[in-house]
Amino acid sequence: MGRITIEKLNKTYANRRKDPRSDDDPLLRQGDRVVVLFDIDLNIMDGEMVCFLGPSGCGKSTLLRIIAGFEAPSDGRVQINGKPVRGPSADHIFVFQHSGLFPWMTVAENVGLGLRHLKNRRDRQEHVSEFIEMVELDGFEQHYPRQLSGGMQRRAELARALAVNPDIMIMDEPFSGLDFLTHMKMREEVVNMHAFIQKTILLVTHNIDDALIMGDRIVILGGSPTRVIMDRTLDFPRPRDFEKSPELSLLRSELFLMMGVNYAV
Amino acid sequence: MTTTVRRKGEKQPYAYLMPFLGFFALLLIWDVLARFSGWSREVFPGPVVVLVSMGELLADGTLVRHTVASLFRVTVGFYLAAALGIPVGIALGMMKATRSLINPLIQFLRPISPLAWIPLAMLWFGIGDPPAIFLIFLSSFFPLVVSTTIAVDGINPTYFHVAANFNFSRTEIITRLVIPAIIPEVVTALRMTVTISWLVVVAAEMIAVQSGLGFLILDSRNALRMDYVMDGMIAIGLVGLTLDYLMRQLGDLESASWRKMTH
Ligand SMILES: Nc1ncnc2c1ncn2[C@@H]1O[C@H](COP(=O)(O)OP(=O)(O)OP(=O)(O)O)[C@@H](O)[C@H]1O
Ligand SMILES: [Mg+2]
Repeated sequence: MGRITIEKLNKTYANRRKDPRSDDDPLLRQGDRVVVLFDIDLNIMDGEMVCFLGPSGCGKSTLLRIIAGFEAPSDGRVQINGKPVRGPSADHIFVFQHSGLFPWMTVAENVGLGLRHLKNRRDRQEHVSEFIEMVELDGFEQHYPRQLSGGMQRRAELARALAVNPDIMIMDEPFSGLDFLTHMKMREEVVNMHAFIQKTILLVTHNIDDALIMGDRIVILGGSPTRVIMDRTLDFPRPRDFEKSPELSLLRSELFLMMGVNYAV
Repeated sequence: MTTTVRRKGEKQPYAYLMPFLGFFALLLIWDVLARFSGWSREVFPGPVVVLVSMGELLADGTLVRHTVASLFRVTVGFYLAAALGIPVGIALGMMKATRSLINPLIQFLRPISPLAWIPLAMLWFGIGDPPAIFLIFLSSFFPLVVSTTIAVDGINPTYFHVAANFNFSRTEIITRLVIPAIIPEVVTALRMTVTISWLVVVAAEMIAVQSGLGFLILDSRNALRMDYVMDGMIAIGLVGLTLDYLMRQLGDLESASWRKMTH
């Protein structure tokens, strides 16, 4: 089960500026604190794939880190399956924006991290190869992360997260820095995987098309301080193609406009 | 990381001769200087004299005995320092709170040369192996603690998040994250401290001990045998070379070299 409830979430950081960013907006400056997230309310269903969009620096990573339990909210509550998040756990695995693979472990050892509970070595190795094959890294089991390309590292990290079989997968820009084709393949991979295992997936992206193709739901963060400025459930059938679906293409233009781009091409 | 296109391990032909060429040139210059310095062979012996007397010292076992005595002290002191210093460094690196308590103390003790401890070491431990081992321990312990602490501190915080995410136990955090992450830095620190220990043992033996290469040098000076003094120096250099070579092998182990690995 991966139901997430976020109520009245605020997050502030220590202010590093001496003079106020803006005198007219008292919310931005509460004494020596900077408000990064303000009054976020979200209800995420079990099995939902939610795509977060928003300008750089608006607090998307911060929100995900709070949900994952790496940081505590300044105010408000985050609950998973009705229980408050007390810290990181293998029930909600975070896939990092920059590589989180352990560089001193081989691909197989990294993927095996989530399978440590399997005491039988043969069993564990079988599972490891299964997930390595799933992301098409067979043959690279004994390679160290530095010996892989950026795209291969991402796939290895995805395999590591999948191997844990978590209730919730939290992915911070999992496709950034990938070449176009790998990006498309990985996107397809995640969509298929989601259709197959039906886990809750939270995914941050800068790519509006990613969000439209993948998401069951799109949440846009923005404004200052950052709030939820749009929350839309997408019930378009998959596979999605905005050239064939006028509704989808209309929504796409709307999103581009919202993110400050006037002519979506 | 090398920028040359040449593959690792692949050398120019005869490249292995280069180090010997350096030693040969040194011998040649030494010989020329000794011949034309105008000093007698008692004051400035040439390489031939020194090598002949080295034969004598090897034949009666003196050189081997003193080398073994020095190596024994370095080994014991160095292992003690590593066995205590690295865990202390890990503990300090992981407990940010106690660090501000202990760090200034260590930084205060560190610049005090191990040789300054000689009088105290002799008073406390008398003469023989214990004071020398104590001095070597001191000279390696503080640098090892400091380098290990810095290495632990420099571990990318993301890795600790990953560990928490995969429900690592406290032991697993140390054995599967901290230790492998700091091995490359610790090996470098060990390489540096073994050299320092070797410098310190010779100095300590000149004062507090009746055996070892340092003692051999001092004793030969008292007997006005400069050729034996130089034999002692050569033995010191050769052992130092070997120790460094052994430490470098340690750095090439797979667990220590993940940082260097690229395509
Ligand atoms: N530890 C911290 N201390 C102080 N400020 C922080 C800290 N972490 C993040 N911030 C601030 O919070 C804001 C949001 O950061 P965050 O990393 O969540 O942005 P983001 O939306 O993920 O951006 P991007 O799309 O570029 O990754 C930024 O303005 C940043 O300066
Ligand atoms: Mg981010």
